[in-house]
Amino acid sequence: MPVKFFVQGVFKMDGEKIKRLEEKAREIRRHIIRMTGAAGSGHPGGSLSSADIVTALYFEVMRIDPKNPRWPGRDRFVLSKGHAAPLLYAALAERGFFPVEDLLTLRRLGSPLQGHPDMKKLPGVEMSTGSLGQGLACANGMALAARLDGRDYRVYVLLGDGEIQEGMVWEAAMAAAHYRLDNVTAFLDHNGLQIDGPVARVMSVEPVAEKWRAFGWDVQVIDGHNMEEILQSVEKARAVRGKPQMIVAETVKGKGVSFMENMVEWHGVAPKPDEVERALAELA
Amino acid sequence: MKKIATRDAYGEALVELGRENPDVVVLDADLAKSTKTIGFAKYFPERFFDMGIAEQNMIGTAAGLAAAGKIPFCSTFAIFATGRAFEIIRNSVAYSRLNVKIAASHAGITVGEDGGSHQSVEDIALMRSLPNMTVFVPADAVETRAAVRAAVQIQGPVYIRLGRPGVPVLHGDDFHFEPGRAVTMREGNDATIIATGIMVATALEAAGLLEQEGIRVRVVNMHTIKPLDEEAVIAAARETGVIVTAEEHSVIGGLGGAVAETVCARHPVPVYRVGVPDVFGESGKPGELLEKYGLTAAHLAARVREAVKRKGNK
Repeated sequence: MPVKFFVQGVFKMDGEKIKRLEEKAREIRRHIIRMTGAAGSGHPGGSLSSADIVTALYFEVMRIDPKNPRWPGRDRFVLSKGHAAPLLYAALAERGFFPVEDLLTLRRLGSPLQGHPDMKKLPGVEMSTGSLGQGLACANGMALAARLDGRDYRVYVLLGDGEIQEGMVWEAAMAAAHYRLDNVTAFLDHNGLQIDGPVARVMSVEPVAEKWRAFGWDVQVIDGHNMEEILQSVEKARAVRGKPQMIVAETVKGKGVSFMENMVEWHGVAPKPDEVERALAELA
Repeated sequence: MKKIATRDAYGEALVELGRENPDVVVLDADLAKSTKTIGFAKYFPERFFDMGIAEQNMIGTAAGLAAAGKIPFCSTFAIFATGRAFEIIRNSVAYSRLNVKIAASHAGITVGEDGGSHQSVEDIALMRSLPNMTVFVPADAVETRAAVRAAVQIQGPVYIRLGRPGVPVLHGDDFHFEPGRAVTMREGNDATIIATGIMVATALEAAGLLEQEGIRVRVVNMHTIKPLDEEAVIAAARETGVIVTAEEHSVIGGLGGAVAETVCARHPVPVYRVGVPDVFGESGKPGELLEKYGLTAAHLAARVREAVKRKGNK
């Protein structure tokens, strides 16, 4: 695929690094399948669709220290589409915030791996989310605090395309532009499906890029499964001054597992044991 | 008696806090002149954020600020702060015990002429139903200043209910405010009025009227609805045998509800709830509305008289 928005000299692509990140994303996808399979419930579809973005953030982009998860200077990630919790947990575990074995306790009584992220229970979770539409406002608050404290950390946030039907998202979009929060970078997981069916049929959100642009954001549109494009888009976003940045990531719901791809049925249904095996074989 | 609106006292307290604590930040939703956050905005413009007419976003932004170590105070009218933004307060603030303070003004029917759409008589019920939430309903300017200061010391969400009109100053400058600890304003053993907010002054007036008839009423000022001072409630039940609650809020789910829940479980005695009945308000002057909905000293005294009589017939 041709490289879009390549900024000469700003970011040097390293083939080895890309391969390593792609392998990490595959590993994280395997975790998502195992976790939801073991839990017997959860949201594999939207976790798989944004796995490449979150992998890029946790394993290349963000300045974080798993040994010191509350380090004040750290970059923040807010999973506004909190139902993709299995993805966040897999990334945090792989990054060393807690043991990988704990992933299989997802959704069990007493586990810090709640059905939706709980910042009080699990180190590395920056904001409790799950009720859709609230994460961007929270990210803005963190970004304002960075400005007040003279800190240079950045706040990344991941929204779902169904999620932006929530009116509060647009309140927050307006506020981020009004306060010129150029330390906020948002991703839109544009997979086109929500629980009741195609986003276009349930409640169209198009044209998304134009909407965010009209709200005063810097907007890029990328292939959300192309690691190189993801990294380049982040690099370009970080260079933007005076505006928050939206990266619309074109994605496939259930990406990586053939029988889940583009199937709305896999939004919130866990794979059965035989389906886990088939999925893992494909992700090997 | 000198009258000061609790919202005015809030505005002054914020400016003091702004000087003392650089982590205090203030958010408003286009009502800074009415909620009195305008003073803070003037002195500390870099720490004041007008969020426009978008209460949900105001609370969500405050959650993020708190997660990054700030102590945000959010202000708007009580109806919007607690009603419009309820689920954001629940999930983005209270669920994670984030250090967000919600100081809402224009609570109750004394908003007056704006009418029922703007008269919040459910906010105490909403806020006290949330785990981790502290709920303060100050009775006067002194108590408001103390409650705002106490809110900063509490690690976690706090709701402070403020009113529009001037209310009598009941406390001297030596008043000591302890969160969760009711203040006995007047002793008596025939009945107890447990009052909150602007109804504390009304309760004292009612007790004065009743004393002339030989009925000695205890007046308890319940400035903290949550955590409720259960010991003060149980002592009132045990020692005076009947309780009348008084609040400028629906009789459902507020102070009356909290007191009744406690009394039922621990020391059953009759509890009569004086408040706004199960209806929406309407336009009118604050005094006219208080009269219409039975929130005057005369009405309250009549309810106490009735309560004492029924207690005697037991």
